[in-house]
Parts: sequence; structure tokens; C-alpha cells
Amino acid sequence: MRQDHLITATQLSRPDIEAVLDRAREIDGSREAFEQRYSGSVLALCFFEPSTRTKMSFETAAKRLGAETIDMGSIESSSVKKGESLADTVRVIEGYADALVLRHPSEGSAKMASEFVDVPVINAGDGAGQHPSQTLLDLHTIRERHGLDDLTIGIMGDLKYGRTVHSLASALTNFDATQHFISPESLRLPRSVRFDLHESGAQVREHTELDAVLPELDVLYVTRIQRERFPDENEYHQIAGEYRIDADTLSAADPDLTVMHPLPRVDEIAADVDETSHARYFEQAHNGVPVRMALLDMLLGGDAA
Amino acid sequence: MSPDRELRVSKIRNGTVIDHITGGQSLNVLAILGIDGSEEFSLSIGMNVPSDRLGRKDILKVEGRELSQSEVDVLSLIAPEATINIVRDYEVVEKNRVERPTEVVGVLSCPNRNCISNDDEPVETRFAVMDDGVRCDYCSEILRDRIAEHIDV
Ligand SMILES: [Zn+2]
Repeated sequence: MRQDHLITATQLSRPDIEAVLDRAREIDGSREAFEQRYSGSVLALCFFEPSTRTKMSFETAAKRLGAETIDMGSIESSSVKKGESLADTVRVIEGYADALVLRHPSEGSAKMASEFVDVPVINAGDGAGQHPSQTLLDLHTIRERHGLDDLTIGIMGDLKYGRTVHSLASALTNFDATQHFISPESLRLPRSVRFDLHESGAQVREHTELDAVLPELDVLYVTRIQRERFPDENEYHQIAGEYRIDADTLSAADPDLTVMHPLPRVDEIAADVDETSHARYFEQAHNGVPVRMALLDMLLGGDAA
Repeated sequence: MSPDRELRVSKIRNGTVIDHITGGQSLNVLAILGIDGSEEFSLSIGMNVPSDRLGRKDILKVEGRELSQSEVDVLSLIAPEATINIVRDYEVVEKNRVERPTEVVGVLSCPNRNCISNDDEPVETRFAVMDDGVRCDYCSEILRDRIAEHIDV
């Protein structure tokens, strides 16, 4: 990649994405070849909010490359709790590690952190902003099944606060993809994301219901609608229920439809979908390891794509 | 220039006359300049003055006060037609139009409350200037019609 950091998916060009995914494919084919490549390197996992999944995925990727990982322990006992600024925290940790992975509740936190340190910063989620490494593994999953061009994708659920959605939508503008966004009115894509999609000339449609668009989809990407987005419990249950899928819902879909989810899911995809050939979300989660290995390889190795 | 207009822009001895301010924006311009009337120098404000070019315009005359570049930059966002006249010894010695900057640093606050630039961090806010608004460099939030409400100086 031509960048030193991975902050947003909007910074990624088609060649950047393809280079990482090609490398991930190569790693998938011959893990041994990469096993000790980064022995002696240290990756800092700076998680300011809990995320067992993403953290473990990065940790596994680092270890499979032979690198060590360090983390901040529990937030409760750390200096952050004592009021240290993020700018100070990352400048201290920079001295311990060769790259930083950052998860933080404020939008723009990874961007700011990258301005204070010289080692690569990977944004592992900044509030309701972006989550670009998730996007790379999502794209890897789609690419291995369908390819990334001539693709029709439906993205459903909480599109307003869903950072995985924001990153995925913007990365897909590099490809010949038609994007359908399906959500309740109150959780549609934020203005800044719609602006970027519009500027890029992407083919985009917004819907409040899945039914009409489901039969044309190659991929359905489901995200969770969270309880805390609604002041009223009943309203939440009613709305969330409308964006839930089960095996029966999918009987109207193309037989080759791929169903994805960034996980963890609660009940937005019923367990009976797991048994269908549509379900790819566990494979998607597993793809996090080779894709993050590829990403680390390119950022730590200073590789120009 | 009509005699009447000449009078309006040259009545101060030394200082700045900001003319052709979008009608109704002069109080926001004062906010940008950090002027609240408690200062020693004299200040006059004309609001909704008839103007050939703008229909209605505001005009500000500030004795003994120079504008910094960042002040001029933000001024250009809320009063894009403004002209800045530097007055010395009752004469207009310099007349400049404001120019739209490519970015504004440290003068606007981000409307997104969850933006890192609103946390207690050692950074100045930074906005890229677009055709019809500004955009936060940190969180990408777009600010269009209510720029004046987010002036933070
Ligand atoms: Zn912001």
C-alpha cells in the first residue's frame, strides 16, 4: 500500500485493496512461508472499548506472523481512566511497538492518533466512523465467492451508526457494484457517507424493506440494530423485527446468495439460516486472520503495492 | 464611488473597514474577531444597508484592529463577498476581497459531539472547505448552512 496508516476505507484505491487481498490469498495458500517473518516485531493492541473479536483476530494474525502483541490491560486500571489524553497514550505506546491497532469510541480518533506517532496506525473502529480492516476481510470473502465486479449487494440494518457499513460502502465504490441500503428511516446512512457515495458516482439505492430487492442480490450484508438506538423499548422490538431474516425469508433469494454479518449477531439472523448454503459469516470471521496478516505484512514491511 | 459611500468607508482614522458583509452576519463577524464592545477602541456597525451588489449588506468599522489570516478565512465562509479596507490616517490604503481558503484551522468547532476534536485532546479543529460547506478532517462531518453557529474563538 502507498499509505503508512489504515485510517478509513475512503483512502483505499482499487490497487490498494487488490494488493492486500492478493497477499491474503497467498497467505491462505502457504501460511508456513509467513510464519516467522516478523519475529521480533511488536504489535500494540490499544482497545479503549471492549471488542474481544477484533482484538483476538489481530492478535492471532500477529502471532501467525511471529510477532508479539502487547495491550493496555483493563481500561479500568489504566492511565486512560486517570484522564490521560489519547495523544499522550499513543505517544507513549509508540515507544514500545512497531505498529498500533486502535479501537476508540470517538470518531476521528485513529486519524488524530496517526498525527502524533511515526509507526503505522490501524483503525480498528472509531466510534460510528470507520472500520477498514473489517472491510478488507468482507471484500476478501465476497471476492472469493463472487468477485468484486458486476456485483449487487444489499446492506441492511443500522446504517447510521454501523462503522463496518460506512467502510464497506465506500470501498465498494472502487468496483462495479450496485449497492442497496435497507434500513428504517431513522437509521439510514449518514449524510457524510451519502455525500461520498454520490461524489464517487456509485450506483446506490435506499430502501426501507428487503422484500422487493432481495431476489436480485448476490450478497446480503446484515448488521445489528442496537437496543440503545431507540428511546422506546416497544419501538425497538417492532422495528428490529422488520429487519430480521430466517431461512424462510431467504426462500425468495437467488440460490447463490451469500449472507454475511460482521458478528457478533444476536437474533437478526435466525439460527436456521446457519444450515443453509447462504451462510458465510463464520467463514467471513475466519478470513480476518489471513487478511489482517496481509495488512500487517504490508504496513510493517513497508511494501509498496 | 459615490460621495456618500466614500464617507462611510473612511470615517475611521486607523483600522479596518469590512464592507459587503452578507446582510445580518455582522454580529457573527464580530464574534470571529472576538470583539464584544467592551474594548477601548471605537466600533460602528451598519446593518442591512442597501447595496447594489448584495441587496442588503452589513458594514463594520473597527478602529485600531488588524485581521489575522485565520480570521479572514472564516470571514470568507460566512461573508464571501466581503471586502477588507485597511485605513491609515483616514485613507483606504489597501482594499482586499476575502478569498476562500482550502482549509480552516482552529476557528470552528465540529458539530459532531462524538468527534475526537471535541474531546480534551491537544489538537485544533481542522475543516476542509468544499464548494458549499466545510468538512471535518477528523470525523468527516459536513457543515453547510449553520457555519456561524459553530464559530469557536
Ligand atoms: Zn469532527
